[in-house]
Amino acid sequence: MKVTVDQDKCVASGQCVVAAMEVFDQRDEDGIVVLLTPEPPAGQAEDVRHAAAVCPALAIEIQD
Amino acid sequence: MTSTVNPVDERAARAPEFPMARAAGCPFDPPPGLRNMQREGPLAKVRLWDGSTPWLVTGYADQRALLGDPRVSADINRSGYPRQAPMPPGGTGVSFILKDDPEHARLRRMVTAPFAIKRVEAMRPGVQKIVDDLIDELLAGPNPVDLVEAFALPVPSLVICQLLGVPYADHDFFQENSKVIINRNVTPEQRSTAHGNLIGYLDDLMGEKIAHPVDDLLSGLAGRVTAGELARDEAAQMGVLLLIAGHETTANMIALGTLALFEHPDQLALLRETDDPKRISSAVEELLRYLHITHSGRRRVAMADIEIGGEVIRAGEGLILANDIANRDPDVFAEPDRLDLRRDARRHVAFGFGVHQCLGQPLARMELQVVYNTLYRRIPTLRPATELERIPFKHDGSVYGVYELPVTW
Repeated sequence: MKVTVDQDKCVASGQCVVAAMEVFDQRDEDGIVVLLTPEPPAGQAEDVRHAAAVCPALAIEIQD
Repeated sequence: MTSTVNPVDERAARAPEFPMARAAGCPFDPPPGLRNMQREGPLAKVRLWDGSTPWLVTGYADQRALLGDPRVSADINRSGYPRQAPMPPGGTGVSFILKDDPEHARLRRMVTAPFAIKRVEAMRPGVQKIVDDLIDELLAGPNPVDLVEAFALPVPSLVICQLLGVPYADHDFFQENSKVIINRNVTPEQRSTAHGNLIGYLDDLMGEKIAHPVDDLLSGLAGRVTAGELARDEAAQMGVLLLIAGHETTANMIALGTLALFEHPDQLALLRETDDPKRISSAVEELLRYLHITHSGRRRVAMADIEIGGEVIRAGEGLILANDIANRDPDVFAEPDRLDLRRDARRHVAFGFGVHQCLGQPLARMELQVVYNTLYRRIPTLRPATELERIPFKHDGSVYGVYELPVTW
């Protein structure tokens, strides 16, 4: 699984961090998404998919 | 010229009034009229207070798609926007929630940092202390008592005041004005006066923060004003928005949620018996889904022709995305009318969707987790002190809830 994020689209909802804390973080100054793990292990795949589904700005893309 | 009746015009002529009444005896369910529309198809026409007939989008998937669609505008000043009430005379300043990108994004990003997950988590012990102290006061005070006045309103009020840097001592003043602003039945003049009062108050406060900045959200905005990145009236406008939004929604979730749990004792027992953060978090998501306290729909206007289920929403036509029925869409949530704190309800749209999704949602979630995990465990005998029929519901506001909730223990 490969993950990409679009920081320009991000609205800092933080829902990705709640869903998958090992993969996503937020910038201190404005809460915009930071990708920690572009290729997360299989065990985190479900959480990452959930993160993409709840992202209100559709800023997370997943390639399998 | 031949006279043919346009089917869309014909539907508009038959459009039922919106908002609709809830069924007596079902205070937690959306109006039956809306649910019927959801069963009939993806789009319906409704008639607003001003005679306009925007589209009402009924399904969860279509609502989410439209809220994330760049062809859809949230700009209240755009022709065709379905307004909830008449504009006050002379209009009022408009905060970023009623603007489109890039202006919306520019302003919103100035206030997103304090709502980041780690910052909100750092506030959790302080919120726990606020909740514990209020419960101590509740237990030491009169019994029965109105839970709204004694607990549900003070919790978010104390929290948002701390976060913004607003003196809590002024809470009577801003709660009174906030109530007027969100009431659909006041005159435009009354709303304008209340809004003016709050703007004046926040503008004075902004002056203080510009002169003597400290570590709070309003001081952060004051810094932007000093740096020339933000106009002072924009800063005051944002302060008003955050103050109102921080109060009304969470307070209503606490009181209405408690009432819903009283009506579902098996579900209330689940909260009393656990302190597992995951189960508490699931319970909060389910209560957000089930109660859908923002019951006026998200308002938008189409900027291009958009096809939904074989029908075309024309550019310039208004849209109402009814999140209350989206959260009860049987295609997404099994047995949607059942309150089930164990289900996975995280996909609900109680906070909206798209770039305008509620800015304060991490804070609201954390506050509700603390409240629902503490109140019923510390007062296990908490119960209603009156019958459901005697409880006054907020049918007239843009945020649903109860005006009073007498409780005893």
